[in-house]
Amino acid sequence: MADYRDLFSRLGGELRVINLGLESFAETLEGLGVPVLHVQWTPPAGGDPERARLLSLLEDEDGV
Amino acid sequence: MAVDCVTAREALGLADRTVLHSGPPLAWERACPPVRTAILCAIRYEGWAADDAGAQGLVESGAVKLAPCHHSGAAGPMTGIVTASMPVFVVENRPRGNRAFATINEGLGKVLRFGANDESVVTRLRWLAREAGPRLGAALRAAGGLDLRALMAQALRMGDEMHQRNVAASSLFARAVMPHLARTAPDTAAVARLAEFIGANDQFFLNLAMAAAKASADPCLDVAGATMVATMARNGTDFGIRVAGLGPRWFTAPVNTPQGLYFPPYGAADANPDMGDSAIVETVGLGAFAMAAAPAVVGFVGAGGLRDAVRITEEMGEITLGEHPHLRIPTLDDRGAPVGIDVRKVVETGITPLINTGIAGHTPGTGQIGAGVVRAPLACFEQALDALAAARARA
Amino acid sequence: MTMRTTLKRSYYQDSVALMGLARELRTGAGVREAAALMGTPANQTLMADAGLLTEEARAAGPNDLVIVVRADSAAEADTALARAELLLTARRTRVEAAGRRRPRTLDSAVRQLGGANLALISVPGAFAAAEARKALRRGLHVMLFSDNVTLGDEIALKRLAAERGLLLMGPDCGTAYLGGVPLGFANAVPRGRVGLVAASGTGLQQVVTLLAAAGEGVSQAVGVGGRDMSEPVGASMTLAALDALGADPATELIVVVGKPPARAVRAKVEERLHALGKPAVAAMLGREVAPGTSGALTTVATLEDAAAAAVAGRRGREWAPRAFSDPAAARHRVKAFRAARGPAGVAVRGLYAGGTLAYEALLILEPLLGAGSVGGNLGGHGGGSHRVLDLGADEFTVGRAHPMLDAALRIEEIASAAKEPDTAVLLVDVVLGHGAAPDPAGDIAPALEAARRHAQAHGRGLAVVASVVGTAADPQGLAAQTARLEAAGAWVLPSNAQAARAAACIAGEPRVAEALLSGDA
Repeated sequence: MADYRDLFSRLGGELRVINLGLESFAETLEGLGVPVLHVQWTPPAGGDPERARLLSLLEDEDGV
Repeated sequence: MAVDCVTAREALGLADRTVLHSGPPLAWERACPPVRTAILCAIRYEGWAADDAGAQGLVESGAVKLAPCHHSGAAGPMTGIVTASMPVFVVENRPRGNRAFATINEGLGKVLRFGANDESVVTRLRWLAREAGPRLGAALRAAGGLDLRALMAQALRMGDEMHQRNVAASSLFARAVMPHLARTAPDTAAVARLAEFIGANDQFFLNLAMAAAKASADPCLDVAGATMVATMARNGTDFGIRVAGLGPRWFTAPVNTPQGLYFPPYGAADANPDMGDSAIVETVGLGAFAMAAAPAVVGFVGAGGLRDAVRITEEMGEITLGEHPHLRIPTLDDRGAPVGIDVRKVVETGITPLINTGIAGHTPGTGQIGAGVVRAPLACFEQALDALAAARARA
Repeated sequence: MTMRTTLKRSYYQDSVALMGLARELRTGAGVREAAALMGTPANQTLMADAGLLTEEARAAGPNDLVIVVRADSAAEADTALARAELLLTARRTRVEAAGRRRPRTLDSAVRQLGGANLALISVPGAFAAAEARKALRRGLHVMLFSDNVTLGDEIALKRLAAERGLLLMGPDCGTAYLGGVPLGFANAVPRGRVGLVAASGTGLQQVVTLLAAAGEGVSQAVGVGGRDMSEPVGASMTLAALDALGADPATELIVVVGKPPARAVRAKVEERLHALGKPAVAAMLGREVAPGTSGALTTVATLEDAAAAAVAGRRGREWAPRAFSDPAAARHRVKAFRAARGPAGVAVRGLYAGGTLAYEALLILEPLLGAGSVGGNLGGHGGGSHRVLDLGADEFTVGRAHPMLDAALRIEEIASAAKEPDTAVLLVDVVLGHGAAPDPAGDIAPALEAARRHAQAHGRGLAVVASVVGTAADPQGLAAQTARLEAAGAWVLPSNAQAARAAACIAGEPRVAEALLSGDA
């Protein structure tokens, strides 16, 4: 297991957030001045569970 | 690097009685009318048959074989027809040492690539083989080759995306090749004919862009496990892709018909389904992928202004692996064009590659009737994903 | 009566956004019912139950947005659908006008937002693990708000996180604070010196709001998910968070909130807590917890005690648990409610939005009201007359929003509990903060008032006992929300633990009130 003792110093002064799912979470953070980017997320492969499984399987393949 | 222009026989080792066409493999029975008439015209041009009926007989009997350009190292626009005596540009990927080939663009109007089939087509093809090809070849050899990547990077900064719009690239090419053409031509009349021919065709450079794109994309075909698209091509019937990690195998689906604007009096009902190997330029980050560099094209394809152009490039960024290190887009603060279409990202998001394209008339010989955009069918990418997963499971 | 449907293919919207849309549509003239849901099988069942599953809705796929409106006339239904279209477009236009491009995938977001360090993931559970894995592989800490993530996925994700020194907060992590930023459902609390590790979102909210009320702030609060201290997960994130808090110079005291760890991991967690070199408080909500102090570690049995022990620890004061912060007032209220409740009224009905708050109430009520006397959906031992329901549990939230967001289910439950003649006390929680409904007290206050009136009309006195988890700085405002409940006749106590005790005093045997209300005044 990696060392977590420096966790909060690694996180540094600023949280920069990518939000997937409930947009209201991103809106809250935005309102607080936290850098946040909301992903226009949709279920992968149009919600086809089999292709989503294949996508996970191939997740760590190199693209090139 | 454009290094030469020689016959397809010499460059590709193309045998007689073979007709190359665009896109994935295609049986005569399934070919669309413009592709069929272009094949027949090419057979007559080569003198393998005296008329269309004879030519068709040769194809149907198997005496003349059909094969995709991509299987011979070439990329052909629209119908993509190549036969042995046609001159082709030789483009070399210097760092990798591989080459790709494309014919000389015939210009507008009644041309073989749109399925025209009359004497004017054959006459022009003969001139290309007799004069244009050898002269351009001599000029390129004298120049020691022309750096196409630098030229395309510059054209991108001049409003070309190298698919729908090639006016800057064609001009830059003319500027670079003309001194060598003048120096190597036997007489000034020949130089004038060539200068006139190139100058009259804003799309002259398209074929060179395609060969350059193919030369840079082809080496990926051997990278095991890679999920990047190495080829996109269509033949008026099927759309096909090849994927880096899966070698020469095609994944095909019925091709879509482009959406766009038509030259009067034509309309959507006259449009042929999409065709041509030109989608190779989108494969390397040009064409619709570089739309932000070519706002002038956006209006032509039915969208709005620069903002829509930027949106299209950004959307393509969603399905690509990176940004091109050399081909940079000035309107995006010089960020590289989105390049390296990832099969996974296409399937994940359902965003399919957008392709800028000319629209051919469905009736053979009509020529170009409009221009627009077309989406690659998702099914190609879904099949490729399945095959990648299967390959991975075997490994 | 007419039903009209809009089907938008490949038009994914999140559940909270859609709930807001449906709520808007229901306010339309002549609109009787409106649903705006993605066309998943679960949602189709829900629409069928509501009589809203039209032909078009039946044909929808999981990625298609379905909007169904039932209205008095076709014109009114069409107007509502047109309004829906407008609202959806307005949302898009607003985003586009701000010049922001919405990335479509995590990858593209990473490219677009330089220096991203946290992914906040609240996508449907079936897709959540895959997104979390991607985020970890790209070096992002993850707060996994989504539930319905399998134990196997949780273990694999936490292993991946541990290899990389990253946080995997969750799954089902409702609340966290990192570097002063509230994440998920979180109250507005000041920054301070107390660092927390929590297996429960509402549990954490109760502790930090009580800390805030006492003037103590939060340095960091790491959520770990409800299963972290189970044997198969092995407390991997709890231990990681403890290491991090132990080394964090801003953290002077550590609070752990959760259920008692599994036997196999208890020693590891306790050892780590002792080795921190910082005072620590562990709120262990469980039946066999023995409160007490061992070295620098104080173990307590309620969330309120955790806050109180932490405050005392920060200030070097002695501390002892107490039943009520204002026993005199409590005595007075209990006496009045007991006198009014009538002979049949003997039962407590706890109707909770916060899962951990419900569980805490159960643990407090059981010994007071008699072993085996409290039922409900939390593994309460027995079918006695008392009942505590966690309305946020899976069986209630399939295809509908959590009660912290949508009060509809709780309103129904309040009404039906009021009709039961033996109900003496309605015990409720109201949770404020970012992410919660804009007016949660106002949402249930009319139902509470109606319940009291209904009982009164039947010659019974019905007590409404509540607590509000919130701070003055919360968007909803603690004082305003409290006042709204009081205006509806509720007795609002400063903590959930006190509210549960108050309920027991009202409904239980006389000795309960005597034991809790004497002595410690």
